[in-house]
Amino acid sequence: MMGNAMQYLMDISFSEVVNRVFWFFGAILAVWFVNIVINHPSAVMLGIKNLWLHPMRSILTVLGIFVGVASVIWLLAISKGIGDEVQRQIENLGADTIMIRTVKPPSEKLSSQGLTPYGLTREEYDMLSATVPTIRSAIPIREMRRQFQFKDRKLDGRLVGCTPEYAEVTKLEIDRGHFITDAENFSRDSHCVLSAKVAEKLFPYEDPIGQRIYMPENQDFYLIVGVLKPKGATAAVGGSMAAQDFSNDVYIPIRTLQQRIGDTIMTMRSGSREGEIIELNQITLRCRDVNDVKKTAELVSTALSSHEKMEDISVVVPLELLEQAKTTKYMFMVLAAMIASISLLVGGIGIMNIMLATVTERTREIGIRRALGAKRRDIIRQFLVETSVLSLTGGITGILFGLLCGPAVSAARSLANSWFEKQMMDLPAVVRTVEPSIVPESITGAFLISLAVGLIFGIYPAIRAAKMSPIEALRHE
Amino acid sequence: MSFSDFSTEGFACRVVDLKKEFVLKSETVRALRGVTFDVPTGDYVAIMGPSGSGKSTLLNLLGCLDQPTSGSLWLGDDDVAKMTDDQLADIRSRRIGFVFQAYNLIQQLTVVENIQVPLFYQGKPLSREQHQRCLDLANMVGLGERLDHRPTQLSGGQQQRVAIARSLINDPFFILADEPTGNLDSRTTEEILQLFERLNNEGRTIILVTHEDEVSKRAKRVIRLKDGRLQWDRTNSQEVRDEAARYAIENMPVEV
Repeated sequence: MMGNAMQYLMDISFSEVVNRVFWFFGAILAVWFVNIVINHPSAVMLGIKNLWLHPMRSILTVLGIFVGVASVIWLLAISKGIGDEVQRQIENLGADTIMIRTVKPPSEKLSSQGLTPYGLTREEYDMLSATVPTIRSAIPIREMRRQFQFKDRKLDGRLVGCTPEYAEVTKLEIDRGHFITDAENFSRDSHCVLSAKVAEKLFPYEDPIGQRIYMPENQDFYLIVGVLKPKGATAAVGGSMAAQDFSNDVYIPIRTLQQRIGDTIMTMRSGSREGEIIELNQITLRCRDVNDVKKTAELVSTALSSHEKMEDISVVVPLELLEQAKTTKYMFMVLAAMIASISLLVGGIGIMNIMLATVTERTREIGIRRALGAKRRDIIRQFLVETSVLSLTGGITGILFGLLCGPAVSAARSLANSWFEKQMMDLPAVVRTVEPSIVPESITGAFLISLAVGLIFGIYPAIRAAKMSPIEALRHE
Repeated sequence: MSFSDFSTEGFACRVVDLKKEFVLKSETVRALRGVTFDVPTGDYVAIMGPSGSGKSTLLNLLGCLDQPTSGSLWLGDDDVAKMTDDQLADIRSRRIGFVFQAYNLIQQLTVVENIQVPLFYQGKPLSREQHQRCLDLANMVGLGERLDHRPTQLSGGQQQRVAIARSLINDPFFILADEPTGNLDSRTTEEILQLFERLNNEGRTIILVTHEDEVSKRAKRVIRLKDGRLQWDRTNSQEVRDEAARYAIENMPVEV
């Protein structure tokens, strides 16, 4: 039910509906206000003059609207920024791909004696690539933590064994040299490709192409044949929450990895030996058509159902993630807008409060004006102009401040990075890297809402002022 | 009114059998029980009466601030007794000049802006002639040098003179003054009364509500109300008026 509603909001473009409603009321409000400015400029001047009699009071009232408008713009911009970032990361995985990941099974499923092999096998890879009709290509991937060394420079990173298609699927771009070729894979060459950061760290002065890096764990040398361009993180896949970070990667042909390192990896950890036997960490399937993705994913899950018992694989479909992320983004933005609206509401109540006080304070003035010929609507107009001036000032300054969202967030981030470096590193990458993206509707919306808040919360005090009998008002001390 | 000989020509206002009742929770208060009188153009009328006589009610009705229960009030060719709130406001801004006991100037406006207020509500932007008229009126009441002063910077007499200038800006049918000297000392009272006399001599109609005999004796005519009815309506002879003026001047406290 809830899902359907969200789907509906997404599909008929939620923003379009909001836009239409805004423009409808906005047009009415704008016509009213422009009419007053053109036909009663003296009323506007008078309003400003009256507000200026209590500068502190007026500024504080304006501040309420200012905060409301700015927070609408900020919260929407930040939540959209986060949503866009997540969406971009998922899109980077490729909407036409299906990823089957090996995950470490729960400890009770592993035998306590010796090492149990788990995860995807090369046999399954061959089976999938040979039998699933809708796929264009299948890429086997093996990953492990390794130390890389050149001369005395060392770097901990990730060694990835893969095939040439890997570059295309994960959108890796080659800077110099070339990515791993089929020939290198076939002949199990000890060649490698470095990511931009690894190249920069290990070869700050030299040209990496043609050099060899050393992996101490396997006492092996690999000839560098290519260097990649820098690349951002993509969304997390598999069990870990962390986004996939490609910055510390070194790529070698998967057949080379299989021959040189093998399936069994032993590591020394706090005195005891730990190990794992895994043939493949991941198989990435690319479908011929995006529309085939869901069917193919089902087929693959069925084909690999023997893993259900061990719980040692997970199937990740970025397309589904993308849809979820879009829904989440909209929910997030709606939530943000609601929270921000509360502050606008509070600002509106502030206006109403101050206008009620003003009406009481100026009862006598109202009486004088009525005696001298002011009609009820003149009095209403006078008070509405004052509330409009308050709320418009708050609205315009709030929008200006709202537009500073981007620079302000990056300034705040660089401050936080220098003061709380460690805490910042613990935050999810999405939060660390978010770039607020201002929603254009939020500006028109916030502006119109601020005007509307001024009018809605101003109308009651104004009517109260106009309803007073001039005789009573004149008698008021 | 439908008699054929009823004319409003030459009258600032005509009051015909004016009644006003206030319905309170338990009882109906009959504040005015049928009052009839005319004010010819150029007249200077003082309305007197003890509290509870209906004086304030009559004042509010004459000032078009309230509507009568029955009867007619003719201002020019219009019976304002039958008008809506908006129409009354329009009448107030065009045909009536108010002067109050408490001056009732708007605190945040300057002298010249206060004088302009009734024009502001006539719905048209101020013309050059109207602006000049404001300055002329300010000069006439002796405040030509203080156009940019605020009410708080003026004495009571000066404030009342601004109010009188304001009451004249719309060239009203009559000036309606409610205890205009009630807050003033005898010297300033004399100033204001002389100003009224001058205006009356220039042809202005003045209706003045007061409870002071000395003030009422300066008017051409005195109407006395009692228990919501007209008690008497008499004309002050020129001798009475001159005598009252002389008495006021002779008994003025000596400036030390």
